[in-house]
Amino acid sequence: MDLAINPFSSGTRLRDMIRAIRACKTAAEERAVVRRECAAIRAAISEGDQDYRHRNMAKLMFIHMLGYPTHFGQMECLKLIAAAGFPEKRIGYLGLMLLLDERQEVLMLVTNSLKQDLNHSNQFIVGLALCALGNICSAEMARDLAPEVERLLQNRDPNTKKKAALCSIRIVRKVPDLAENFMSAAASLLKEKHHGVLISAVQLCTELCKASTEALEYLRKNCLEGLVRILRDVSNSSYAPEYDVAGITDPFLHIRVLKLMRTLGQGDADCSEYINDILAQVSTKTESNKNAGNAILYECVETIMGIEATSGLRVLAINILGRFLSNRDNNIRYVALNMLMKAIAVDTQAVQRHRATILECVKDADVSIRKRALELVYLLVNDTNVKPLTKELVDYLEVSDQDFKEDLTAKICSIVEKFPQDKLWYLDQMFRVLSLAGNYVKDDVWHALIVLMSNASELQGYSVRLLYKALLACGEQESLVRVAVWCIGEYGEMLVNNISMLDMEEPITVTESDAVDAVEVALKRYSADVTTRAMCLVSLLKLSSRFPPTSERIKEIVAQNKGNTVLELQQRSIEFSSIIQRHQSIKSSLLERMPVLDEANYLVKRAASTQATIPSVKSAPAVTPGGQPKLPNGVAKPPPAPLADLLDLSSDDTPVTASAPTTTPNDFLQDLLGIGLTDSPPAGGAPSTSTDILMDLLSIGSTPVQNGPPTSNFVPPSIAETKPVAVTPQVVDLLDGLSSSTSLPDETAAYPTVTAFQSATLRITFSFKKQAGKPQETTINATFTNLATTTFTDFVFQAAVPKFIQLRLDPASSSTLPASGNGSVTQSLSVTNNQHGQKPLAMRIRMSYKVNGEDRLEQGQISNFPAGF
Amino acid sequence: MINFVLLISRQGKVRLTKWYSPYTQKERTKVIRELSGLILTRGPKLCNFVEWRGYKVVYRRYASLYFCMCIDADDNELEVLEIIHHFVEILDRYFGSVCELDLIFNFHKAYYILDEILIAGELQESSKKNVARLIAAQDSLVEAAKEEASSISNIIAQATK
Repeated sequence: MDLAINPFSSGTRLRDMIRAIRACKTAAEERAVVRRECAAIRAAISEGDQDYRHRNMAKLMFIHMLGYPTHFGQMECLKLIAAAGFPEKRIGYLGLMLLLDERQEVLMLVTNSLKQDLNHSNQFIVGLALCALGNICSAEMARDLAPEVERLLQNRDPNTKKKAALCSIRIVRKVPDLAENFMSAAASLLKEKHHGVLISAVQLCTELCKASTEALEYLRKNCLEGLVRILRDVSNSSYAPEYDVAGITDPFLHIRVLKLMRTLGQGDADCSEYINDILAQVSTKTESNKNAGNAILYECVETIMGIEATSGLRVLAINILGRFLSNRDNNIRYVALNMLMKAIAVDTQAVQRHRATILECVKDADVSIRKRALELVYLLVNDTNVKPLTKELVDYLEVSDQDFKEDLTAKICSIVEKFPQDKLWYLDQMFRVLSLAGNYVKDDVWHALIVLMSNASELQGYSVRLLYKALLACGEQESLVRVAVWCIGEYGEMLVNNISMLDMEEPITVTESDAVDAVEVALKRYSADVTTRAMCLVSLLKLSSRFPPTSERIKEIVAQNKGNTVLELQQRSIEFSSIIQRHQSIKSSLLERMPVLDEANYLVKRAASTQATIPSVKSAPAVTPGGQPKLPNGVAKPPPAPLADLLDLSSDDTPVTASAPTTTPNDFLQDLLGIGLTDSPPAGGAPSTSTDILMDLLSIGSTPVQNGPPTSNFVPPSIAETKPVAVTPQVVDLLDGLSSSTSLPDETAAYPTVTAFQSATLRITFSFKKQAGKPQETTINATFTNLATTTFTDFVFQAAVPKFIQLRLDPASSSTLPASGNGSVTQSLSVTNNQHGQKPLAMRIRMSYKVNGEDRLEQGQISNFPAGF
Repeated sequence: MINFVLLISRQGKVRLTKWYSPYTQKERTKVIRELSGLILTRGPKLCNFVEWRGYKVVYRRYASLYFCMCIDADDNELEVLEIIHHFVEILDRYFGSVCELDLIFNFHKAYYILDEILIAGELQESSKKNVARLIAAQDSLVEAAKEEASSISNIIAQATK
């Protein structure tokens, strides 16, 4: 279309510009054309060109649609709207709706023009203003212009009325307080004949009911009768060409009225009874061979389900759904599934009847239908049908699309977990899921599985044998590999000796070296991730004690990772080699089977961890001083890495270790060393401690040092302190370099000194002071010691704390740290914990310094503050 | 409520967008990209609904164009299919067997028509005839203004000869 008014026009016409853009072969060409056009339009705008204003606006809209920035045209819209003529206003309002949205400040400037146009004598100009207001008005504009719109609801022209009604919907959405102003006008519009007005008014009423209970009550009283009349008239009407859709008169009006009836009838028995008959009439009379008819039936069913309908009416509705479900049209089946979800709440039995059909829909080719059906199946599961349903789903898992496996796996897992009474069945299902779709199983699911196995002593043998077989068959499923290697490590002897066979089981012959082979394959698998490999290493370590003859071989396998570039694996490899090689005396007690994991405790943690909001940071410093109570694991600490989590669990439970029956349950490391350290707990310490040590010893990603070699910095002072008791030189060996880290509790302070951070090169200790009567405030005196042989210069210590803590750093005593611990730097910190007593103190720290002019950076997290901070 | 209307060609080119809920320019681009990926790849026999970010997108293909409307989760999908068809029939009547090119070169007219069918994401008019009448009346207002303008410029041109 030619928007040029002036025959002497310069510049390109809209049509030519579109042609030019379409002719572009590359994106670069298109950009060039658009740039040229934009430049011309900008020039025209700055010259205040009148003649081509609306042609330029049309061009801008096209350019905008292509995704280019057009903000410079926003003011032009306002100028066009302010112009007197209809053509200018028409394109101006269109531009306003396209180029702006309600969040732009510019929009406020148009309020005045809108007000004038709403009062214009020309109905089309009023229409334009109402349309724009209805599509993009903001809350402020809604407030300012509501009186005009209210008045227009009583306009003589039906087309203005309907626009005003829809515009009111937007106003009420933006400012729900205004709902009451509109309710009487809306109710009186329902008496009109014009369908456009009726549809708009019905929608306005629905919106008013949502916004205000007062309006809901008013409309219940005043317009129910009118609604029934409208619906009866339209559904009984003979052929009306103007409104006919596939033989039905105005399905849109049908549907909107039904929707409003649902809103009014919800929770109101009288209203529901009043509309019972008309609903029955519509749901029996409406033809269901065309989409329009089905749309009405669908809405009708939804209304019947939503109100306090009679049971007869509900049967009618469920029957319609049954018909829908067996329809060949995918759209109809989709909405049937959608509706059945709601029908479950009303009549579970009726929905259960369609279970077989629904299950078929889970296997449909269409992903929308599959998803709906899966949701529905999930809701349908109960004690009686859980086994057959799960079997169907698991069978389907084998052949389903890759994209769908994730959803399906998650649903199967949660179904299986909903009914864990039959442990054997649960295990069987989980093993199948792990074998078929182990890559999609979430961490918490397989953690729960391990917890359960640990509790089911009679099924451990069965589990480990089944998992061993599965591991050989489906070694590429990550979660399966993890669970399997964990089980082999823990229950290896049950695998080899066919211990605690179930009746139905076939005995299998697995030699000790077969078991080691399986884990070795898993360890060396190309795609295994760090967690899996780390678990493999632990498993191998355990097997070396279960199967002493394989010890040599395991040592070799483990040693291959000594040079691994992943620090975690390297560290494990070195430490484990050392245990295998040099600590025969303590090995067997160190590598005891894990204590039974506490199920209840795990479930609580699982629930909590899904709610954890603190972002995960995996660089927790590895130093935990002995003798201090363990801090809660929740707030400041990152959600633990999967393995750490698992191991952490063990700490909450009573161990069945024979070696140290008198030690406190959590003292893994003390178990490890086989010495009764807890007999003399260090000053100020509660007996339960070393969980963190355990985590740090075996957990993933707890690498405290970024630039140093792995160090054995996990041993707390308390251990070092009692080292003389430990006697064996091998132990000292394991604890190399730690004697210096002893930090005895400061006698004078009320709180013990803590080694907050330690790496190969740097140690930081904290001592604390509190003023009486101000428990939330703490003064920390930090002491930095350089353990390296070169002096650190430009030393800067930085700390960060969670929001609920306030921190003030005083200047440090020096920025130079002398080498080899010859002197230290101190710095004091004042900390105020605003949630004292609820959340523990936590801090992340960063130290930057220069060694021979080269920048170094170390960081860590401190969560081992004494309790009561 | 209809949150937005999209017309996308089979090649993924946008032919019309109308947003009834606020989306920033960035979000709009993202939405369009996401939905084109979801919808254009669907086979012909599948249902016309796609679940997306808690909403439902109802789409229908006419020749090379996909008409998409994004609705709330509890809206009537089947009715929205009818609304799409309603819109298409009105376009068809206005342009006389509409094709993609009509909508490219006269995109603003398509918008004018849509504005007579939907406001605030709700349906405004169920009569195709009435929409056609309203659009025709407004078009003739524009024509009249144009003629007036050109006659004035003729007068000026003659006067300055």
